[in-house]
Amino acid sequence: MDRQEILAELKKVLTPYTANKEALNSLNEQTDLIKDLKINSANLVDIFIDAESKYDIEIDMDSAEKIHDVGSCIDVILEKMKQRN
Amino acid sequence: MNIDMYQHILDKLPYKSSFRFVDAILSLDETGVTGEYTLRKDAFFYEDHFVGNPVTPGVIVTEIMAQIGVVALGIYYILNSPEYAEVRGGNLFPLLTSTEVSFYKMVFPGQKLTVISKQQYFRFGKLKCYIEALDEHKELVARGMFAGVIKKTDKKDN
Repeated sequence: MDRQEILAELKKVLTPYTANKEALNSLNEQTDLIKDLKINSANLVDIFIDAESKYDIEIDMDSAEKIHDVGSCIDVILEKMKQRN
Repeated sequence: MNIDMYQHILDKLPYKSSFRFVDAILSLDETGVTGEYTLRKDAFFYEDHFVGNPVTPGVIVTEIMAQIGVVALGIYYILNSPEYAEVRGGNLFPLLTSTEVSFYKMVFPGQKLTVISKQQYFRFGKLKCYIEALDEHKELVARGMFAGVIKKTDKKDN
């Protein structure tokens, strides 16, 4: 699975948590989850949990703290998928 | 879990008089909590909501559910999780991050509510619970999904 595929799937995960459809339509690796998508910080937890079940991974506190934009989110997902295999 | 532990949690609730909406914890463990609160007939909101026709505001029912179902359970987690050891002695500052509540019956002055909360998850410092409020006849008054976080307050920053 490459970054582009994860980005496309991540878009679906993020959809219910953002009201900013414009930023969602132009979603890219630089899109900031809090500043651009206006997701509240507590809902980031729900996004991590959704991502965990979607990719069968476990995101720990240290990894979660690295996630601030779509790119860093993909980094963590890829890293955790590698650890799983 | 014993009565002393419940009392310890009640003592840790960061509310006073007119905005404290927990009378007792009936049962509590990591899977959830059951508690109760009786609406005071002289509560500050009845005079204005509504004039001559006192009905408990939905936000107050929501607050009762949150204080018992999320805050009391959250304090239990903080008292029992090693990663929160350093905030135990400090000021607890619980914040609701989301609620989605449906109301089924009006609540009048003097009524007793029983609040039953079932934990959905406690991850990354966020506690999410499914909570129901029942009246004296065990009839559903309100139910919904609540989530909250505990802020660590550091007065020096303010």
